[in-house]
Amino acid sequence: MNRVELKNHQQELFNFRLRLVISIGFVLLLLGILLARFVYLQTMRHDYYQTLAEKNRISVVPITPNRGLILDRNGVVLAHNFAGYTLEITPSKVANLQATINELATLVDIAPRDRKRFKKLLAESHDFETLLIRSRLSDEEVARFAAQQYRFPGVEIKARLFREYPYADKTAHLLGYIGRINQADVDRLEENDKTSNYRGTDYIGKTGLEQFYEDELHGTTGIEQVEVDSAGRAVRILSRSAPVSGNTLVLSIDAKLQEIAEQAFGDYRGALVAIDPANGEVLAFVSRPGYDPSLFIDGIDEESWKELNDSPDHPLNNRVLRGQYPAGSTIKPFMALAGLHYNARSPDLSISDPGFYTLPGNRHRYRDWKKEGHGTVDLFKSIVVSCDTYYYGLAVEMGIDNIFNYLSNFGFGKKTGIDLQGEVSGLLPSQEWKQKRYKQKWYTGDTVSVGIGQGYSLVTPLQLAHATATLANGGIGHTPHLVREVRNSGRNKSSLRGDQPGLDVKIAPEHLDLVKRAMIGVTQPGGTAVQAAAGASYAIAGKTGTAQVIGMKQGEKYDASKISERYHDHAWFMAFAPAEQPRIAVVVLAENGGHGGSTAAPIARKVMDYYLLGKVPDAVPAAKVTDAASGVADIEEEHD
Amino acid sequence: MTRRQLWMRFIQHLDMPLLLGLGLLMSASLLTLYSAGNHNFERVLAQGSNILVAMCCLWVVANLPLHYLMRTAVPIYVLGMVLLIGVALFGDISHGARRWLNLGVATIQPSELMKIGVPLMMAWYFEKHEASLTMRNYIVATLLLLMPVVLIARQPDLGTSLLISASGFYVLFLAGLSWRVMGGVALAGIASAPVLWTLLHEYQRHRILMLFDPSQDALGKGYHTIQSMIAVGSGGLFGKGYLNGTQSHLDFLPERTTDFIFAVYSEEFGLTGNIILLAMYFFVIARGFVITANASTYFTRLMAGSITLTFATYAFVNMGMVSGILPVVGVPLPLVSYGGTSMLTLLLGFGMLMSIQTHKKLVKT
Repeated sequence: MNRVELKNHQQELFNFRLRLVISIGFVLLLLGILLARFVYLQTMRHDYYQTLAEKNRISVVPITPNRGLILDRNGVVLAHNFAGYTLEITPSKVANLQATINELATLVDIAPRDRKRFKKLLAESHDFETLLIRSRLSDEEVARFAAQQYRFPGVEIKARLFREYPYADKTAHLLGYIGRINQADVDRLEENDKTSNYRGTDYIGKTGLEQFYEDELHGTTGIEQVEVDSAGRAVRILSRSAPVSGNTLVLSIDAKLQEIAEQAFGDYRGALVAIDPANGEVLAFVSRPGYDPSLFIDGIDEESWKELNDSPDHPLNNRVLRGQYPAGSTIKPFMALAGLHYNARSPDLSISDPGFYTLPGNRHRYRDWKKEGHGTVDLFKSIVVSCDTYYYGLAVEMGIDNIFNYLSNFGFGKKTGIDLQGEVSGLLPSQEWKQKRYKQKWYTGDTVSVGIGQGYSLVTPLQLAHATATLANGGIGHTPHLVREVRNSGRNKSSLRGDQPGLDVKIAPEHLDLVKRAMIGVTQPGGTAVQAAAGASYAIAGKTGTAQVIGMKQGEKYDASKISERYHDHAWFMAFAPAEQPRIAVVVLAENGGHGGSTAAPIARKVMDYYLLGKVPDAVPAAKVTDAASGVADIEEEHD
Repeated sequence: MTRRQLWMRFIQHLDMPLLLGLGLLMSASLLTLYSAGNHNFERVLAQGSNILVAMCCLWVVANLPLHYLMRTAVPIYVLGMVLLIGVALFGDISHGARRWLNLGVATIQPSELMKIGVPLMMAWYFEKHEASLTMRNYIVATLLLLMPVVLIARQPDLGTSLLISASGFYVLFLAGLSWRVMGGVALAGIASAPVLWTLLHEYQRHRILMLFDPSQDALGKGYHTIQSMIAVGSGGLFGKGYLNGTQSHLDFLPERTTDFIFAVYSEEFGLTGNIILLAMYFFVIARGFVITANASTYFTRLMAGSITLTFATYAFVNMGMVSGILPVVGVPLPLVSYGGTSMLTLLLGFGMLMSIQTHKKLVKT
């Protein structure tokens, strides 16, 4: 036993020594490889490298590609580049920055805004970077500075391409803007291994399409190998690989339609989305108010930022993507479909509406918007007159689980997947959600208000538009998208962005037909949006809605004249047209607009008139109306 | 006790030949740093203090008896794993990778600890089961290696994870992993490569291809290789002379005090200098092998062999990358590149070698 172990030990030691010898051989091999490489580089290739190092000191210079254009569906330019001059300072080469800037101000206009921006850039930048002090110099200013340049070491004029958005605030929420690359952007680029392609690039898409399609728009940076003398000055270009310009984005947006929609809002804040139901192409994307995107490109100064950020109108808030509102009565067509689907309501069942609804064994009255009630109401009428009582009961009978399941088929409570970042998902409440959020069980009372799109539920205008388009298209919903085509600048190759089917709601044809007919009824005599549809040569299927801004106590009455304008209800209108063969689905939200029929619907009408008939409304935007009477008059006037 | 006796006691656990080799390499480091830092003493002094601190640690480790060393294996490994998991969950992201753990007082990079922790743990494990090594033991040891390697690779820090894999593999190799298994794994690796290739994302493939063809990315990492090859090649037989490198002084060489310091050295001292440097490395490595061959226990043999081979690998990878035969991975030139952490890790390893060499005699008597 002992001998065996000893023998094993000897054997092991022998094996170990053998492996050690192999290791030494391995190390010698590695060192040999290195030695051979050094001999090769330093004797055989020495002359070659000697030339490169001593005579031609090669410097690799990046050539920035032109950023891709953004066009609307008809080729109208929404974002382009133009050449201009900037005045830039390299702080490390300037002894006294303040004095230099004061001196410069005698030659070119330097506004306090420019100074503030420079200070901010200085704080954010690294050493040896050149920083912008003035952009868009006039030819005269360029000439004046050029003559005096010798007095300003470290200050230079540079030719640059500027990004310009001709539609300014009208497309700000859609296109977003580019801005100077900051540390966060650098980190992101490093993470994705894209830093080398951004050498020489100063700007990057920050929001909107500029951000989402950054990779398409940026292009490929070119490389120029230049010979420099010992002082680092370029002497000769050795080789050059041309940059490849960024791709052109062709949007599904119709710029004219977008403009008409913007104007139709008048002074109202709000959002509008128009979608082609057949393929999910977004035709108009409006969030009001907008802002001037050019402010952000070179870094916004503090004053303008404060003004935008602190404004009660929240111009920086993208209401289409990020505004969350109660859907109000616009949820009713979907609730009706759910009721039919679950057999909770047959089409011809009528209820009697006394003007309120009560839960069994409870005295709390859930009120209808019409105090005296609508009388006998069947499903068709419930949509036409927007009867609340009908849906209170329907919601309770279906139960929250069924409502949740059915409405999520239409995309409620989920992001639509549009090609923009920052979309929020709204809120489609469920038992599970309430348990998680409030640690409370779901009460039947909660279900009642969900039935009319109030309570916990919230939608974004984009979600509602997506759902409307899906309904218009018979249950097949294409994921909304803004970019129709990406055009390759160099090879003239273009790729169409295919529409992706996102939603597939199975709707029985007779149910669909009934709800569509009821929605047409909304825009006909007896319906809630009759004035807005007056005189239209095509049939409009629509639904009005009102989203409560403040809760009303039991028995309290909503009186628009008594409360501040900011607490007025939000007005909704959803529609598609022509009703039989829908080509456009529109959703309008007018914040604090009161009734959907009188403020939101006319906006949608103008958009549909232009898109379907090419009719351009009068240049004068609709005056802001607060009382219903003048609102009606206004609308009638327009459709004369 | 006389002063002489005191001195003898102070140095009794230091291995003089090894110390000489280290000293030569560190002198080369300080010399080159002065040139690379544009005749600036700042970097030299900073590196000097790195060396000083690391040397103190070396002395302490060299004076630790072997059973202490063995006892640290499990705690170091477990601590390293806990920190690595901590990094994966709560680590700070810097430059797109999650490598640093902020402990409130200091930020640490646990993968650095594992450079010693992994071979230590594996050697300890083999020592425990020395009497009856079966295939199962090799599998367990491989798992001990793979767990930290996978965590580090996911940070992502592919370079460090590969180097730790190498040091762990050396332990397996020296512990007698059968040739048949090694051959089988290698074959399986080669056979599955095309399959793995098709599973990779387009950008990942691009990244791998770029590693082998630097001109594909002439503005990014490829730029480093192109410039460092010019520096090495233009150095010629005898170099451009100390402080006369143009590539380094005209700002063409990136990271010239850290990962690319060899380019500065090579440009100024030429092929002659390179041969001297290789000789210095070989001297240290050879001494390491002598210590390994004389080591008295299974644990110390494995540990000493792995430390030595890993050191050789670092030197090879760095010089190979600078001279353009290996892809650019962030590996410093051991003992020469500027940096406190890598100096400390290396000298801790050499401290262990010295302890292995000097305590053996005491064990015998």
